[in-house]
Parts: sequence; structure tokens; C-alpha cells
Amino acid sequence: MKYIDEFQDPELARRLLDDIHATVTRPWALMEVCGGQTHSIIRHGIDQLLPEQVELIHGPGCPVCVTPLEVIDKALEIASRPEVIFCSFGDMLRVPGTGRDLFQVRGEGGDVRVVYSPLDALRIAQQNPDREVVFFGIGFETTAPPNAMTVHQARKLGIPNFSMLVSHVRVPPAIEAIMSSPSCRVQGFLAAGHVCSVMGMGEYPELAERFRVPIVVTGFEPLDILEGVRRTVRQLERGEHTVDNAYARAVRAEGNPAARAMLEDVFEVTDRAWRGIGVIPQSGWRLAPKYRAYDAEHRFSVDGIRTQEPAECRSGEVLQGLLKPHECEAFGTLCTPRTPLGATMVSSEGACAAYYLYRRLDMPATKAQEATPVV
Amino acid sequence: MCLAVPGRVLDIEERDGTRMATVDFGGVVKEVCLEYLPDLQVGEYAIVHVGFALQRLDEESARQTLELFAELGLLQEEFGDPWEVAAAEAAGSEPVEEVRNQ
Repeated sequence: MKYIDEFQDPELARRLLDDIHATVTRPWALMEVCGGQTHSIIRHGIDQLLPEQVELIHGPGCPVCVTPLEVIDKALEIASRPEVIFCSFGDMLRVPGTGRDLFQVRGEGGDVRVVYSPLDALRIAQQNPDREVVFFGIGFETTAPPNAMTVHQARKLGIPNFSMLVSHVRVPPAIEAIMSSPSCRVQGFLAAGHVCSVMGMGEYPELAERFRVPIVVTGFEPLDILEGVRRTVRQLERGEHTVDNAYARAVRAEGNPAARAMLEDVFEVTDRAWRGIGVIPQSGWRLAPKYRAYDAEHRFSVDGIRTQEPAECRSGEVLQGLLKPHECEAFGTLCTPRTPLGATMVSSEGACAAYYLYRRLDMPATKAQEATPVV
Repeated sequence: MCLAVPGRVLDIEERDGTRMATVDFGGVVKEVCLEYLPDLQVGEYAIVHVGFALQRLDEESARQTLELFAELGLLQEEFGDPWEVAAAEAAGSEPVEEVRNQ
């Protein structure tokens, strides 16, 4: 879908695009750091509507994609145990671990349940006092507060058979890691709107100043993304690098103070490995010492599981914006949503899956043929 | 994963010492925790992520977003049957774009 008349407000979309086209005088590389935005950009063909000089690089903004393989393997190990009811969000079901996924564990008899909210998992624990209920707590700063509240409630209500496998990640350290890389081409960031609706914008001015990059808080709808791009490009053309909010209807400067306070209480900042990228210092959260009793890694002694990631999957380069999905040799042949090599192809927010779903017609004929799934 | 859907508060009650609400997302009704937006009132809109209201939203923005999400099938992704979606993906077909109230 790259026809402007299919936008919700084609007139406004046209005006935003005209402004971007009129402003740009040289090439710029912008990175969006949210999988929801990546999905929206590819689905609506926004990158193809922009001037050729404006390149959008898809950053590591899909929490499903960046969850390390060994964390998936820990989840599979726990979910396979007969005493466990393993609860997860739906988008983790088909993320490949070593040799299988949660969907297959369920097929083999594991009690894997999908919940809409982490509080649903807590309710399942209350209803099943003779079973161990484990919730798979992944996600960025948007998902961390709901998970933090759930652990807090488990402790407050004294629910002993509930625990959480935590693999939360934080956006600002990832921006810092990307900007510190010698191969970095990023000149401006579209910051993730919903992350900022929780965290506010306080973490970004220092990054914008240190790396001299504009950071524009951006929403997810096509018009939001166009407005984020427009504001970022304007700053770049003027030689500015400030933090700007193009998603003011949902983001306040202070974010959500109650959610931030709960994060401080329940979690502590830790180094965290990102799938395909490696360890980024201070980029994650784990349960704070007073909540350690609810840590599934300790409860089920899976802390020792170490897994090497497969060499043929180049999702790490995709996640860092060094490779476009269709430039990977395995894309659409060895690696499809049906047989994903890595999480970027399995998650609906992964750049590879987005390219596969919406770009098959743009791929060379032979490849497109091979890539068409057999229904 | 970070999809957050605007919804309208239908009613509010305390449960287990927690402020909970029934919230309408364009026809799909879900239980939502209000602990992070404790002063949200019946009739108001908020952005909801995995069962938690995270930020207030004005009615017009909320309606526009809901319309767009419905059009794009994103509500199905958020509220549909995830096992069905996973099975469809595993079989190599596209998931159905229809919202059901679970």
C-alpha cells in the first residue's frame, strides 16, 4: 500500500510529504526504534513515498526480536515441565529457540497459555494453587510497568506459585550503543512514542547533545510517522539536534510517574544481551533483590543455560541497521515466516517479516516465486 | 508488542485492592488495570497496553486511531485468538482479519 489516497487523511499526508520534499537538500539516514513503527512504515510504503535522499533504517525496536536465544531456550525448558503452566503474550509463541518453539512445546503436551495481560497469569496462579505459574516477561519500557505491577501484586497478595522469567530491555542504552558503533550511519532518531508515554523524555537530551542527533518522539500511525520524519529532517537541514515531541497527544515530558516509580521499586538496571547484537551495558532490567523470590530463572535453576546463535541468521546486522532484510542470502528462501531462522522473521514487528509480507512483489521474480508461501 | 490501543472506560471497581476498569475497544470489551492512571473516570479514553491504562487520550484522537486499527486488522492482532494466528503462520497462510470478543 503506497498510494497516498489510502491514508486516513490523504490531504494532510500530501502536505507533510510536500514539506519533506521541499526541505530536503542532501541525503539523511533516520532510524526508527520501534517495531510497530517499522511495521507501519513498510506496510504503508512510507519509505517509498519519501524523497530518495531520506533513508529509514530499521532499528532494534522489536522486543520479541531482540530477546536472546538462550532466554527463549530457558522459557522452553520451564514450559516443558509438567508442574508448570507457562503464560506468555501471543507474539512469543513462534519465536524459534534451539530446535523448537512454545507452539511446539504445547503440541508436545506442555501447558502453555496465551494471556492478554500479565494480571491474567496471576489470576491463573490463584486459580491453580497446586501448579507453578510462570509468566514470560519481555518487552521495552512500555511493557515493563504492567509486568512490574504484576510481580508487586503477587508479593502483596502472597501468591507463592507465581514467578516471572524476566528479559526486559531499555531503549536509551540501545541508542547509545548504535551511535557508538564505528559503522553507525544514523543521523537522526524517531523515538518510540509509547515507550516515552511511560518514561517521558528526560533520558534523551543528553544523548541528543552528546551524539549531535535530533531525537523526535513519534507515534505509530502513518501520519504520525510522516510528521516525525518531517520534524527530524527539518532539524537536520538546519544543523540542529534537539529532543522534540511529535506525539504530544499521548506523550508528556514527565511520562507516567506512577509507572516509573513502580519500575524503580520492582526492577534494577542490569547489563542485557540483545539477540544478534550481544551485551549492551545497563540496557535491561531484572527483578530487584526484594522480589528475587519471584524470579523464574532461579526458581527453576535455568540460569546456567547458554546457547550459541545460528551463524546463517544475519538478524543482528538487520537489527543494527547494517543490512536490509532482502539483502540477506536466506531471505525468502531458507528463511520465511513459516520457517524462520531468527526472530526478525517471526515477529509481526520484525523488519524481515514486514519486508516479506509487504515487499514480495518488489523482489526479483525468481525469489518472489520461491518466497510465496504454499497455502 | 508495543501496540497500545485506545479504549473508553465503561465502569470502574476496586478488586483485590486494585483499581480495575471495564474498557471498550471499538466493540471488544476487556478488563483493564487503572493503577497507573488512578484519576481516570468513566467515559474517558486512555491508551491501553497489555491490560494497563498508561496515558490519557482525547476522544477524537482515540476514535480516529480505533477506526484505523480496525481497518488494518490490528485489533485482531491484539485481541484475536493467538493460537489461531500461530497455527495459521505455521501453516504458511495469513491470519484472518476478524475481531472476536474472547
